[in-house]
Amino acid sequence: MIFEGFSQGDSLLHKSDTRVKLVGAMALTLVISLCQSFFTGLAGLVVGLILLFLSRLDLNQVLIRMLVVNSFIGLLWLTLPLTYPGDMISFGSIVLSKQGIELVALITIKTNGIILFFITLLATSTVADLGHGLERLRLPTKLCLLLLFSYRYIFVVNQEYQRLVRAAKLRCFCPRTNLHTYRTYGHLFGMTLVKSWNRTERVGQAMLLRGFHGRFYTLNEQVMGKGDLIFLIIILIIVIGLVGLEFLFT
Amino acid sequence: MTQLPLIKLQDVSYTYSGATKPILDKINFTLHEKQHLGLIGSNGCGKTTFFHIIMGLLKPDSGMLFFKGNEMRNAQHFKKLRQEIGLLFQDADDQLFSPTVLEDVAFGLLNLGVGPVKARQIAIQTLGDLGLAELEKRITHQLSGGEKKLVSLATILAMQPKVLLLDEPTNNLDSTTRARLIKILTELDIAYVIISHDRDFLAETSQKVLTMTQGRVTE
Repeated sequence: MIFEGFSQGDSLLHKSDTRVKLVGAMALTLVISLCQSFFTGLAGLVVGLILLFLSRLDLNQVLIRMLVVNSFIGLLWLTLPLTYPGDMISFGSIVLSKQGIELVALITIKTNGIILFFITLLATSTVADLGHGLERLRLPTKLCLLLLFSYRYIFVVNQEYQRLVRAAKLRCFCPRTNLHTYRTYGHLFGMTLVKSWNRTERVGQAMLLRGFHGRFYTLNEQVMGKGDLIFLIIILIIVIGLVGLEFLFT
Repeated sequence: MTQLPLIKLQDVSYTYSGATKPILDKINFTLHEKQHLGLIGSNGCGKTTFFHIIMGLLKPDSGMLFFKGNEMRNAQHFKKLRQEIGLLFQDADDQLFSPTVLEDVAFGLLNLGVGPVKARQIAIQTLGDLGLAELEKRITHQLSGGEKKLVSLATILAMQPKVLLLDEPTNNLDSTTRARLIKILTELDIAYVIISHDRDFLAETSQKVLTMTQGRVTE
């Protein structure tokens, strides 16, 4: 399951205001995801690496996460150069497309840059803080509550599902490719759904009894400090710089 | 007793839709100030329903419910009642929904309009009183079963209720946590009703144990 492995620490990025990090990550991601030029992409990757340095996260852990994402990109490397229309380069019997290779290289650079932004800016906060941060950025309360509750109860729902699977296994259930297996899985999912529904009703009641009326209050009134403001300004300057680069090279 | 009872149920009946027999059949019940009651009964005999009726989560088909002598009829009445009666759910996971322990304990207070600074202070105080101070920063879903139960009790006590309703509080508790719960409850200065199948636990925590059978409460 998910653990907030990167959220604990005392680096500059861990201590920054969540709102600043949210806005920063959003702006950087927007520019890098839309850019067409290699230079902008590379510059974004460099920014990501600088942030990684600042966040002082365990590099091995970060590398593992990067590998997971890049395994998907590996699939693109296998397909795009062979299928994308454009100038042909032939290596013996294999014919590759120049534009295809360029495209997949750009995607690789951009993706890694964006993943680094997310790891360094967002994963350094707990999900709870992100939820509150989003709410204080005036996002609809309902969406923020959805995020917070999904995160809180995904573990419980998973546990409930695992409990059912265990119960099935203990009665010698062994998944095979047959109707009995499909039906059993149907029951398992259905039961999990029903149980989750019942639980939401009980949670709703528990909240009602403690006076909930549609709004979450937070205990951590984060105050934007001078440092946060400077950090925000620096990130925004970098974003403008990246946009400039993009226009210069395309 | 000359004083008005805290909670009084008069001929309260309730039937679940689709059921042929009423689960609560003209129930009569009174709870006085600082009274500690135990309630025992077979599975599915309506004990939890009984609590839910008191809290206004379910609306009785007939009969009257009084809190401090006033009849509870509409949502406004129950809103007030819920500030003074706390219900501890059977499953602590239903009760703990905030990310951290401290936030969950402060949740009710913040809803009642207590400011963040004061709410934090009361929450820390409540956790400290229950010997849970070290759990303050923990993530709620990572607590052990016993810790969850005690923390959910803290979330209710933080609201400083006059009455506590506990729904099978000893389910899945180890003997240490169970002993801790007994100590906490016997030291409480407020009235409470405990639903439990654990007769020894009730003997240690209640002044009187009532039995629930066929939709009625008897001594």
